[in-house]
Amino acid sequence: MTQEFIRIQTDDFSVENETIKLRDTSKRIGGIVTFLGTARDFSKGQEINKMDFEHYPGMAEKRLGEIRDQALKDYDIIEVTIIHRVGEIAVGENIVLIIVGAEHRQDAFRACSWCIDELKRITPIWKKETTPKGVVWVEEHP
Amino acid sequence: MTVKVRFFAVLKSLVGKSELSLDVEKGISFGQILGKLKVDFPALDKIMKEGKILVSVNQDVVGADYLLKDGDEIAFLPPFAGGSATH
Repeated sequence: MTQEFIRIQTDDFSVENETIKLRDTSKRIGGIVTFLGTARDFSKGQEINKMDFEHYPGMAEKRLGEIRDQALKDYDIIEVTIIHRVGEIAVGENIVLIIVGAEHRQDAFRACSWCIDELKRITPIWKKETTPKGVVWVEEHP
Repeated sequence: MTVKVRFFAVLKSLVGKSELSLDVEKGISFGQILGKLKVDFPALDKIMKEGKILVSVNQDVVGADYLLKDGDEIAFLPPFAGGSATH
């Protein structure tokens, strides 16, 4: 079941399909919070042409699974989906999706915020940005 | 015995490769092999002094006294930057 809700993939994902899939896991879900991270065209004063995400296969999926497990333990929520894309991503495209379903919205908001912060902190995924001035690996801090 | 060493992201270009296989004597510790790699790759030694590089063995953090086994995988991980471009 975890694999269904935790994925690292090159293909784009459907926010709608993933939301329905999570919603349909339980009739107790009364609130769903979604975080969708997308590729913007400007960063730190530089125009961005495209970005590439690289991950450590195995370890990255393991860390996303740990984040999901911890969120389910620490917050009063019902289900969590975490999907991160890797490979080349064009400006405007989807990068990362986190969906949290809970009985009530407050726990869903809190858990969703925690999940994206934790993802950035502990998941071995790296971003390379291509700008008109060249290519740079980004060290980003939440 | 043989251990695999992997480099990710910016470290690949600094070291000039993404992975290598090392033949090492049985009983060598993680700390000893780290020392050897720092000598072989001065750029790695320099960036590791900044304290931002995480090094894992078989995808977990281990101590310097960990004794490596045949087939172990060591990975050098620069600071992570996953998530979205929108902070």
